[in-house]
Amino acid sequence: MPAFINPTVVAHLVLIFMVMNMLVLSSAFMVWMERKVCAYIQDRVGPNRVGFEGLLQPFADVFKLLLKEELIPKSADKLLFTIAPIISVAAALTAFSVVPFGTETTLFGLLREPLRLEVTDVNVAVLVIFAITSMGVYGIVLAGWSSNSKYSLLGGLRSSAQMISYEISYGLALAAVVMMAGSLSLREIVLNQSGYWWHIIPKWYVFLQPIGFLIFFTAGVAETNRAPFDFPEAEQELVAGYHTEYSSMSFGLFFLAEYVNMVTVSAVATSLYLGGWLGPFLPDWLGWVWFLLKTLALLFFYVWMRWTLPRYRYDQLMEFGWKYLLPLAILNLIATAALVIWLG
Amino acid sequence: MISLNEFLVLSGILFAIGTAGVFLRRNLITILLSIEIMLNAVNLTFVAVGRYLGTVDGQIIVFFVMTVAAAEAAVGLALVIALFRHRETLSPDAFTTLRW
Amino acid sequence: MNPILFYVFAAVAVISSLLVVGQRNPMHSVMLLIVSFGGLSGLYVLLDAPFTAVTQIIVYAGAIMVLFLFVVMLLNAHTEDEVVPPTLGPHGMKVAVVLSLALAAEVLWALSRVGAASFSTDPNAAVAISSVARIGTGIFTTHAFAFEVTSVLILVAMVGAVVIARKEH
Repeated sequence: MPAFINPTVVAHLVLIFMVMNMLVLSSAFMVWMERKVCAYIQDRVGPNRVGFEGLLQPFADVFKLLLKEELIPKSADKLLFTIAPIISVAAALTAFSVVPFGTETTLFGLLREPLRLEVTDVNVAVLVIFAITSMGVYGIVLAGWSSNSKYSLLGGLRSSAQMISYEISYGLALAAVVMMAGSLSLREIVLNQSGYWWHIIPKWYVFLQPIGFLIFFTAGVAETNRAPFDFPEAEQELVAGYHTEYSSMSFGLFFLAEYVNMVTVSAVATSLYLGGWLGPFLPDWLGWVWFLLKTLALLFFYVWMRWTLPRYRYDQLMEFGWKYLLPLAILNLIATAALVIWLG
Repeated sequence: MISLNEFLVLSGILFAIGTAGVFLRRNLITILLSIEIMLNAVNLTFVAVGRYLGTVDGQIIVFFVMTVAAAEAAVGLALVIALFRHRETLSPDAFTTLRW
Repeated sequence: MNPILFYVFAAVAVISSLLVVGQRNPMHSVMLLIVSFGGLSGLYVLLDAPFTAVTQIIVYAGAIMVLFLFVVMLLNAHTEDEVVPPTLGPHGMKVAVVLSLALAAEVLWALSRVGAASFSTDPNAAVAISSVARIGTGIFTTHAFAFEVTSVLILVAMVGAVVIARKEH
């Protein structure tokens, strides 16, 4: 075996491959979960024919999408039209790269040095997630523009205006957690939440910052264009949205991007507020099971909200983001700063 | 090894490209984009020299330059919108009323 | 610092900047400028300044360019126009290229008169610069006045932009 193939490099490459596949598979899983939960909320059964309990339904959907014809409108800007879904998916997949989902492991002694369960860890991880989610706006803006249709343009503009408005509250909620943890690295923030108060209540930040958690999650839901903030997408039912002119796999890519964004927001919320991979009964190296369970709980909450709450009208949505959520996020930040200084 | 000179050369080239854009292009938005290229070249110089001198001041100045660039882009684009409303064109050659 | 990475990022930044200036469609210019900012962000990471790299993406590529994009779309300014105006004569482009090369050559000559100034390879220096805590301390203690003035500047710019771009009734 040549000298440069050492087990750590191979382990890292395998880890990157695994994370990317997990994200895409989780998007498929989310399609199934959404349809099943939606069905049970609406007092019916949902997909149950393709595979056990309909678990292979997403794969059937993808197969159908792959076989459809790819249409590009004649007067569309071809380059931007093709690039827009690629930008969306690239931003969605890259944002997950700094999320840690487990503690260090040596794979039962196979590796020379411990491998951290994340793609990478930079000391500005929280800002990296923020930056890459901002880049995701471009996919939507370009999709709306390059379709060369009035309704797509309006849908794209509204959707991107919504995303950049809620980014501010998102960032302020993040800033409050960073203030409490004293570090921008997600791994450090999770490790700061280890331990228990009075041996029962875990030291998660959700107990210290309940309002911050609600602000973050609400802003996250608005960022990913999900109900009840999905007016720009629901326009599709009425008139059109930014992905009207897209067919076949480009359309599939937009939905992949949306579900992966949901997973990323849930994973980041888990790391910041719910203690990441820390949990009571399992040994340390099974921490990723707790991470999975907590993220799944938040994703279930996402789906539950979509099929229960009516959607906001666009002006109500923007008013909520600027006039209510932003002042609340600022007050949360000031209160956190005061408490951090006062309590030392 | 990469020394400070390479970074300064790169910064100079980017600044030259930005200047050429401001002088040559006859589209208000592209002129604003070229100004942003120039500001970025200056940012690169600040960070490179900051790294060379071992201080963090370079990055602090870049932080402020970015903020000022954002404010200037906002006001510049508002002016472009207001000008466009009057003459329906984005060419600076159309706004010659003050010329004598 | 890896020389290959430096040249790759530098090439990306220079080529996309050249294309920004040389493109006829302003929409494509804006997208290429975003690519250029990405290249510069990579250079900041090479200079042990990850905070500046990420702030560049958040502020420049994520906010200012979205503003440019909105304006280009709202003004429907995607029509193409000549890169070099015809008033400069038929050889305008060639003269422009020659003069720009002259400017770049002057910069290169000036820098060659100075000896090579190499970066310190001390790992402690790298860690000291990349620490976000230090940047925060610097901004809020030594440069606190500049910080406050900048926030007033942003407020003024925001109000000014809204007032200027408002439709007159």
